[in-house]
Amino acid sequence: MSALEIREVRKDFGSTRVLKDVSLAIDSGEFLILVGPSGCGKSTLMNAIAGLEPVTDGQILIGGDDITWRTPAERDIAMVFQSYALYPSMTVRQNIAFGLEMRKVPKAERAEAVERVADLLQITHLLERKPAQLSGGQRQRVAMGRALAREPQIYLFDEPLSNLDAKLRVEMRTEIKKLHQRLGTTIVYVTHDQIEAMTLADSIAVMRDGHILQLGSPDEVYNDPVDMFVAGFMGSPSMNFITATLEGQVGDYRLRITTPEEQELVLPWPADRVTSELAGHLGQQVVLGLRPEHFSEQDARLEGQQEGTLLETRVTVVEPTGADILLRLPLGDSEVTARVGPKCPVAAGERLALRVDMGRAVLFDPQSERRLA
Amino acid sequence: MDNVIRRRTPGARLARAALYAVLIVMALFYLLPLLIMLLTSIKPLDEIGAGTLLALPEHPTLAPWVNAWGEACTGMRCEGVGGYFWNSFAIVIPAVAISTVVGALNGYALTKWRFRGSELVFALMLFGCFIPFQVVLLPMAQTLGWLGLSSSRAGLVLVHVVFGIAFTTLFFRNFYVAVPSELVSAAKLDGAGFFRIFWRILLPVSAPIIVVSVIWQFTQIWNDFLFGVAFSAHDTQPVTVALNNLVNTSTGVKEYNVNMAAAMIAALPTLVVYVLAGKYFVRGLTAGSVKG
Repeated sequence: MSALEIREVRKDFGSTRVLKDVSLAIDSGEFLILVGPSGCGKSTLMNAIAGLEPVTDGQILIGGDDITWRTPAERDIAMVFQSYALYPSMTVRQNIAFGLEMRKVPKAERAEAVERVADLLQITHLLERKPAQLSGGQRQRVAMGRALAREPQIYLFDEPLSNLDAKLRVEMRTEIKKLHQRLGTTIVYVTHDQIEAMTLADSIAVMRDGHILQLGSPDEVYNDPVDMFVAGFMGSPSMNFITATLEGQVGDYRLRITTPEEQELVLPWPADRVTSELAGHLGQQVVLGLRPEHFSEQDARLEGQQEGTLLETRVTVVEPTGADILLRLPLGDSEVTARVGPKCPVAAGERLALRVDMGRAVLFDPQSERRLA
Repeated sequence: MDNVIRRRTPGARLARAALYAVLIVMALFYLLPLLIMLLTSIKPLDEIGAGTLLALPEHPTLAPWVNAWGEACTGMRCEGVGGYFWNSFAIVIPAVAISTVVGALNGYALTKWRFRGSELVFALMLFGCFIPFQVVLLPMAQTLGWLGLSSSRAGLVLVHVVFGIAFTTLFFRNFYVAVPSELVSAAKLDGAGFFRIFWRILLPVSAPIIVVSVIWQFTQIWNDFLFGVAFSAHDTQPVTVALNNLVNTSTGVKEYNVNMAAAMIAALPTLVVYVLAGKYFVRGLTAGSVKG
């Protein structure tokens, strides 16, 4: 039995369909992240789970119970809002206890729950303050405390970190992850930040235009994307897409990439990554997807080994980030980004030999944008 | 004051002095009627005839005030405006309270519990702000008759509530529209219902707009004359109607001092409300959002 199951949920606002038959299921203790660009329907889906928006069609089940038409209060869920939504007239203590009070939990138990949560989130010293007297990070903790006090079956997080500054966001991200590991709670978390998705999730649902394009582990979504949108959305800097022609014969494919002013480049497609779909595209254009880290500076020790494919080109821009260097270089009909080590001795305008790790490359159909191999 | 540091030249000082002089003169000019009312109300009648308007009283007396409160003739009766003063309170207090509460609930429902057509309902209520009083006099008289509330204080309360709701709804709706709806969502998830959310979450942050609504409604209803004269009987008249009757009673000499004292009595409550809560009024009108 799944902790949360969504069956073909549909949601219309007037004539606009914002959720198009969305289905998914997660197990108890799982951390699910809904990720996608603005307007993809992720927040609508979350509101549907919370019961704040009625669905047009479909079913939502929590712990096996159909709760599609229950009120938010009857669903046994708690939510952390983007704006925190702390009750401004109440102290932190009252904010945390409010949900318990509404559920007629006896006073002593309420006090106990507040103490437990405050201790867990290290906000005991803030309990008598009003939300206006708290910093952004403190409000964030209180908002989580309010959700944790009730110990519901499912926690919903609606872009909880997007109002924090960059440093605090990373800290709180770690904190949420620790909290999840410690409490083993079931969490549905909405974000448009793919780094949050990668770092926190047990499973990621990438959404677009009211559909779930892909539901899988962070590793699957990152390394095994179903289409160009998922591939391009996950990862920063994003995946490079290079137009190439598929040549060769069944079982022994090659990709020919023509770069203006450079010589043509022919990359062999690894035999263990051949799929049956490729045969139909022989002689046609395909899109080669390479992540920045699939390039590496040529290492003398690896000389002569066959695990990569050499590419020699002129670097146009060098962007050191400290931890590594991002290079921009022409490849095919566009410029691509490559990530190399911080010691790579290269300047803009110089030529550089890079090894391409074809073992991790992916291929897409340029028309449907679906994955080919 | 601005905190820009400037060198004060003699010219600038002169300009500033002239500015203050103009402002003070204007302020005094606007205060003049009040001063004349006050001076006239404490002069004996013969001094009013003899001296100029602004002359200070030689023998100040509170007799006109006592007269106006308890003895002066308003039409057929000679009992002063005192009783009608309390009449006004008996009408104003329930009318203000009810219209403010209903306006707050309307504003809350129209912003936080939107329903199909809620914008239309709001537009229609807004339209109510622009209906001239005269238009409804006859239908309202008929309605009060049907309800058995003709010539009663309760009837006047009802009329003022009905008219006031348009304004109070507008006030509260515009205030609550700026209160984040996520607060309501959070409270729903916490298990609170319609009235509980209103009482525990919205109302505690509503003080500025409650002050606006109360002051506005208080002055409107207290100063109302038309409904008062149309829908009241002798013993249920508000003070504005009594004041009019007192001033228009045409037996004997015109007792200007008594008239002025009665006018002061009739105007005092609104003045007091402004003095006590005026700064909150401005603050409430300009309050755009609630700082979390």
